[in-house]
Amino acid sequence: MSAAAATVRPEAPGGCGAAPVQQERGQREVFCGLTGIVWLHRKIQDAFFLVVGSRTCAHLIQSAAGVMIFAEPRFATAILEERDLAGLADANEELDRAVERLIERRPEIKLLFLVGSCPSEVIKLDLSRAAGRLSKKLMPRVRVLSYSGSGIETTFTQGEDACLAALVPELPAAPADAAPNLLIAGALAEPVEDQFARLFAAMGLGPVSFFPPRRAADLPAVGPTTRVLLAQPFLAETARLLEARGATVLTAPFPLGAEGTSLWLRAAADAWGIPAPRFAAATALPEQRARQAIAKSGASLAGKSIFFFPDSQLEIPLARFAARECGMRLTEVGTPYLHRAHLAQELALLPEARLVEGQDVDKQLDRCRETRPDLTVCGLGLANPLEAEGMATKWSIELLFTPIQGFDQAADLAALFARPLARRARLEV
Amino acid sequence: MQLTLWTYEGPPHVGAMRIATAMRGLHYVLHAPQGDTYADLLFTMIERRDRRPPVTYTTFQARDLGSDTAELFKNAAREAYARFKPEALLVGASCTAELIQDDPGGLARALELPVPVVAVELPAYQKKENWGAAETFYQLVRAFAGRAAPVAREAEAPKRANILGPAALGFRHRDDLREVSDLLARLGVEINVIAPLGASPADLARLPQADFNVVLYPEIAGTAAAWLERKFGQKSTRTVPIGVGATREFLAEVAALAGIDAPPAMEEASRLPWYSRSVDANYLTGKRVFIFGDATHALAAARVASRELGFEVVGLGTYSREFARDIRAAAAALGIEALICDDYLEVEAAIAAAQPELVLGTQMERHTAKKLGIPCAVISSPVHVQDFPARRSPQMGFEGANVLFDSWVAPLMMGLEEHLLGMFREDFEFHADAAPSHLGAAAAPETAPAPAPVLAVAAGGAQGVTWAPDAERELRKIPFFVRGKARRNTESFAAEKGVVTITVDTLYDAKAHYAS
Repeated sequence: MSAAAATVRPEAPGGCGAAPVQQERGQREVFCGLTGIVWLHRKIQDAFFLVVGSRTCAHLIQSAAGVMIFAEPRFATAILEERDLAGLADANEELDRAVERLIERRPEIKLLFLVGSCPSEVIKLDLSRAAGRLSKKLMPRVRVLSYSGSGIETTFTQGEDACLAALVPELPAAPADAAPNLLIAGALAEPVEDQFARLFAAMGLGPVSFFPPRRAADLPAVGPTTRVLLAQPFLAETARLLEARGATVLTAPFPLGAEGTSLWLRAAADAWGIPAPRFAAATALPEQRARQAIAKSGASLAGKSIFFFPDSQLEIPLARFAARECGMRLTEVGTPYLHRAHLAQELALLPEARLVEGQDVDKQLDRCRETRPDLTVCGLGLANPLEAEGMATKWSIELLFTPIQGFDQAADLAALFARPLARRARLEV
Repeated sequence: MQLTLWTYEGPPHVGAMRIATAMRGLHYVLHAPQGDTYADLLFTMIERRDRRPPVTYTTFQARDLGSDTAELFKNAAREAYARFKPEALLVGASCTAELIQDDPGGLARALELPVPVVAVELPAYQKKENWGAAETFYQLVRAFAGRAAPVAREAEAPKRANILGPAALGFRHRDDLREVSDLLARLGVEINVIAPLGASPADLARLPQADFNVVLYPEIAGTAAAWLERKFGQKSTRTVPIGVGATREFLAEVAALAGIDAPPAMEEASRLPWYSRSVDANYLTGKRVFIFGDATHALAAARVASRELGFEVVGLGTYSREFARDIRAAAAALGIEALICDDYLEVEAAIAAAQPELVLGTQMERHTAKKLGIPCAVISSPVHVQDFPARRSPQMGFEGANVLFDSWVAPLMMGLEEHLLGMFREDFEFHADAAPSHLGAAAAPETAPAPAPVLAVAAGGAQGVTWAPDAERELRKIPFFVRGKARRNTESFAAEKGVVTITVDTLYDAKAHYAS
């Protein structure tokens, strides 16, 4: 058992390491990067996200997030109006006024993101300059940064990538002779972070910091002795900028499922030269526990077919988990973008499937209907229509909002896939 | 630049989608970036529609801006026609596409498709959802009914009416429509066309064959009805039949338009008047109520609240600026000042200041009221999945009035119960730690001070099991609404395994054990 945990599995037979990827262009049925605000504002607890956009942007966020549950959410939209379009000088003045009002109202805010949208990009409202201007005025009380969550540039989870990338230049520099340190990049739920911190501590690996931090003042240092482990597969730009700061990005599968989590931890352990017995002593028990729990909660999934619509870029790691740990049969695995370098190990583990990058939603729906998978993972706009056609679906957004990473969440992930099937089995109407 | 956290209305192209989605045989090609496809979920999730809205988005990206977004639009329109074969194409732009000025109407017409193309221009930086719905419906009615000549009718023929206004994602539109259809049928009025809900472009072309129009939702159908009146001389109803009084007036108005001398009595299903007069309803007298919503529902609620339930209206407002005048007049008649506003924080402040005992509002006011501890009933869009109940639940007609009575009075009852709970919260027998009385004194929790901080004693009744401090901390990270279950499961797991001290690992072992 411990030996299994410490061994990198050989490439799956017929794995997708060098598999052809079908490119598709057409109508995309995905959220834009603004959606990331919904979880990012819960993660960085003294940050505020101000979207500079249209009524559509405000409506998107409230519709995607069911925003009304937060009495005073730490995000808002500055809605561009006719007169803002007429002159950019005025738009900048208006923006400064809006920010001042906001900071006055919310004195607890330490970090303010100006978030660009489709309309602000098209009218070329320069938010990075605005952020610089406002930062100068408001520092040290409030740091103001900007990034684009616009749908013409970002798809769904790329919003988190853009946000973290905007934070990278703000990270303090670690001296060149600092002790090796591990940076976990990508938003994770707090209990998951705590579990990982305990596992690293148990194997004697550290110091470990998490990015983004829970508070804006706790930005981790980065330098040539920093090793980065990506917790999410969609952080292409963040990883590139961390490398530019001298850090080394470790390649690993992503921490989904017992296998993915073990290999992910292992990548850091190897970089630290942790001996195999020490790694096994720290991880064997939780890994074993995860495998047993998956065997239970994912039992109904064995042999069932699964089809992924592109959405979060988590599709390939999720498909790997569904196939290798739940015994599901992959049909199509769509992803909005495929970062070959970051996903190299995932692709090597992935059993054969039709890989599709990009989207033409109508053609993909045709293929889905033809395939009749047992389970379809798709966005909220498609789920009920597919259910009405007799297909079981899992809404993909739940995979972002639910803690699914790490050993002790692996069975929850299997359960997310199993629940729609269990529900159908129960219903007699 | 307006700073907002939450909006009562979406952008105008969402209004256009509500019309296109309500209709049959129409497909909307929307020039818009990928993020705008979120709007599909309004229909598939909130309204639980079983099919996608008939909308094709061009989903242009930044790299397309440098090349040819117009070509992208033409391809999308061509492919949408080929795939969906609609009777007509509706084309337009969302806020971002409006800025790049590609002229969807001109581009679509240049394709020379074998079906009519209707272009709608919806200025996204000035207007909002309801305006977008009204404008789109008007443009469609004009396009398809505009060419028709008025039909000569026989004097003896039964009178025919159109029902205008019900749309997709409307607050109880489905049920209101059925209620009003029944009322018209009992009056002997034949329904010519219902639009936009369920109507095809060909149905819109038949609109002029009716003698008059029944306008259910002026926010959506007002513009089209005014045009039909100018063009074909079709009169429209002015009364929206919400409440007993308004329903009576509506029936009288329809009877007059249809030339029916003695409309049959049909109030046998109406329970509101008696319920309101029954002694049990005495406590409703003078209840302070704050009303906010779209204009149609806010106006109707003010009338029902003050004249049919005996409430005192202490606040009346709307986010529908187009109908500000009507709301101001109604407020003046009640001796209060109207609130015309689309900033929910301002509405919240007004509610807090008015100190009402009941709020009748939108989903947003429901949240505000919850925060302020005031009972609330939802009377208007914007809608929520709860506003599409499985049962029939109209607002209009006599049955609708019964629904209003139930749904406005029920939260007050609840409010009374909550008041009692609040009053006795710190009572010695009635507090959070009290054991259920049927368990008797034996089940009473330890009253001795806990031996903390070292170890916390198991609260779930498992014998001899304690929590290590770090496990206790870990447990607190679990959301409160499942924490109790997690605690119980972990303790019974520990007891079963003979574990004396629950550690973090025990917690997760138990979680894995109970995984299903």
